[in-house]
Amino acid sequence: MNARDQILARIRGAVTGAPDVEVPRDYRGATGPGPGAGTAEPRLIDLLAERLRDYRAIVHVVPEAEIASVVREALARRAAARLVVPDGLPSAWLRPPEGEAVPYETVPYETVRDDPELSAGDLDRVDGVITGCAAAIAETGTIVLDAGPGQGRRALTLLPDYHLCVVRADQVVAGVPDAVAVLVAERPLTWISGPSATSDIELDRVEGVHGPRTLEVVIST
Amino acid sequence: MSRTFLGMPGRALERGFPANAAAAVRDSQLRFNLRKATRTIRGKRASVVAELPDWEGLRQAGKSIKDHTLRNLDRYLLQLEGAVTAAGGHVHWARDADEANRIVAGLVKATGETEVVKVKSMATQEIGLNEALAAEGVTAYETDLAELIVQLGDDWPSHILVPAIHRNRAEIREIFRKRMGEWGRPAPEDLTDDPRALAEAARLHLRERFLSTKVAISGANFMIAETGTLVVLESEGNGRMCLTLPRTLISVVGIEKILPTWRDLEVFLQLLPRSSTGERMNPYTSTWTGATEGQEFHLVLLDNGRTDVLADEVGRQALRCIRCSACLNVCPVYERAGGHAYGSVYPGPIGAILTPQLRGMGSELDRSLPYASSLCGACYEVCPVAIDIPEVLVDLRAKARHPRAERLGMAAAGWIFNRPERLALAQRAGGRLRRFVPKRLPGPMSAWTDTRDIPDIPRESFRDWWDRTGGGQTGTEPRDGAAR
Ligand code: SF4
Repeated sequence: MNARDQILARIRGAVTGAPDVEVPRDYRGATGPGPGAGTAEPRLIDLLAERLRDYRAIVHVVPEAEIASVVREALARRAAARLVVPDGLPSAWLRPPEGEAVPYETVPYETVRDDPELSAGDLDRVDGVITGCAAAIAETGTIVLDAGPGQGRRALTLLPDYHLCVVRADQVVAGVPDAVAVLVAERPLTWISGPSATSDIELDRVEGVHGPRTLEVVIST
Repeated sequence: MSRTFLGMPGRALERGFPANAAAAVRDSQLRFNLRKATRTIRGKRASVVAELPDWEGLRQAGKSIKDHTLRNLDRYLLQLEGAVTAAGGHVHWARDADEANRIVAGLVKATGETEVVKVKSMATQEIGLNEALAAEGVTAYETDLAELIVQLGDDWPSHILVPAIHRNRAEIREIFRKRMGEWGRPAPEDLTDDPRALAEAARLHLRERFLSTKVAISGANFMIAETGTLVVLESEGNGRMCLTLPRTLISVVGIEKILPTWRDLEVFLQLLPRSSTGERMNPYTSTWTGATEGQEFHLVLLDNGRTDVLADEVGRQALRCIRCSACLNVCPVYERAGGHAYGSVYPGPIGAILTPQLRGMGSELDRSLPYASSLCGACYEVCPVAIDIPEVLVDLRAKARHPRAERLGMAAAGWIFNRPERLALAQRAGGRLRRFVPKRLPGPMSAWTDTRDIPDIPRESFRDWWDRTGGGQTGTEPRDGAAR
């Protein structure tokens, strides 16, 4: 008998006669508004911001029209000279708001596209990456990326030392069950709750081991 | 201080738990580190669990999902195999450690590579994969900070979640300075023992390796039968590096790690991080389905004794375990004995029931493990999938009779720890008689004290102190200030 058949036979032998079990789902299930379901309650946005700050992420909560200026200030503070911009990122997030006399071309950093695909070495040398996300979970302070438009493949948010993520209000859900309900299993997902961290040395928390050491999140209302 | 058994599991197996524990108990650095670690995580866990009004409901759902899965494990494994294959992955089945190691070594060699990067994985530790690969000329590099400390120090993990918890910062600095150069980029000359500096040294040491290595080996926390999705929870980002960058990914996963549906993650992604690190969510969770972003993906499904555990009506509940380590952190025996005494990659209460079932009770160690408990029940209380560890321990004890003195000793400890009023009485009696307490107990109990220092008995028990002071309201020291 091959390994597969033998393991399956052992399992069948082991559980014969054992009763099956009903699964009680006596917990808070998916309820909150999902992406596209309209704007999340302000309560959820405040909770998301608070929980992200708990993990020592830098958080801004701003009206949609101010995203570009907050992004520009964040990049200037960071002195980021080369920034990876995944395809499909709304250009309005980078373009200075209407009426300001700074043309797009003069943004004080160089944008780098992942087309043709950047090598791991290239990604290691850029100063940061800006992305959107697929969903954000208020209760746990989590943003979820699904490699969709404006997010790019997984390595883009892994190798640069700085990740700037823009979350739209309608992407904020209440809890983990809401997120599981709106996310698509077949897409590669990265759930991010604060910057990379370790507590392996005497349980002292140190932010930043291999992933980005700084996570900055802009939540638009 | 005796640590000779750490790198010598053979000797640990011969000596049995009591002798291993005795060595650990005499090591005050180890005890200090363990106490600090277990207490800290315990407190964090308690506060984030208390935040959820529906914790008990999640726990019952988690338990039932696992039981239902185990009852129908054959069906769900076949469904998983179909889904992974449809998504471009390759599925392999391994009856035991040797078979799994042969499969993985073959896959690595087929790529022509001689180096692999690894994400912390209990399953690959269990089968001794690194050693098996080394015998085939393949070097496996551990990338989790704690695993790196363990690997560079030629050591054994002592905790599921924080495997290097038996090492303090000064020891880690020494290990990095002495050994990093042999494995790759050396530690900086002026390396201090600041955890920040040590983490930075690890980051630099591993960076080049992540960028250049073509094959990675991982485990998984969960596999979803319905979709073929694998799930890995981590903190540092080394997992993401291994899962994302290399061209070939090989995941070795125990057959019990399966969940029927995508929706079931809504339960386990709440239970695991809160029970494990005491966080609302761990920094990174990755999910992928089959061959992702152009990668070649192999899944090795591992039995290695699990179907034997499944056949035991009482013991099979151990297969619900999601390796959160909450039971270690509340266990009074683990806190004193440390992880190495359990002589297996699975330490603490879960190790005491899982190891003898997986390995069979052929060795002295595995026969003594079911006695490594006072049956206080704290492990059951915190277990996110409600494994009744004391019940399994008692059942295993019936199956593995152990020399009389040991039974007496453990039974007496259990009898005292289990009944609060008896504990209070015993503490008071101990306090009064402490001047007369011998270093070793006489008669049939001597075997018990052979392996334990009788702890100094405080003049006043905690309970009496609490009653007298109203919990510290009226004074913190007994009259002569002798007790702490
Ligand atoms: S037995 Fe329960 S508490 Fe212990 S590691 Fe497993 S799941 Fe966690």
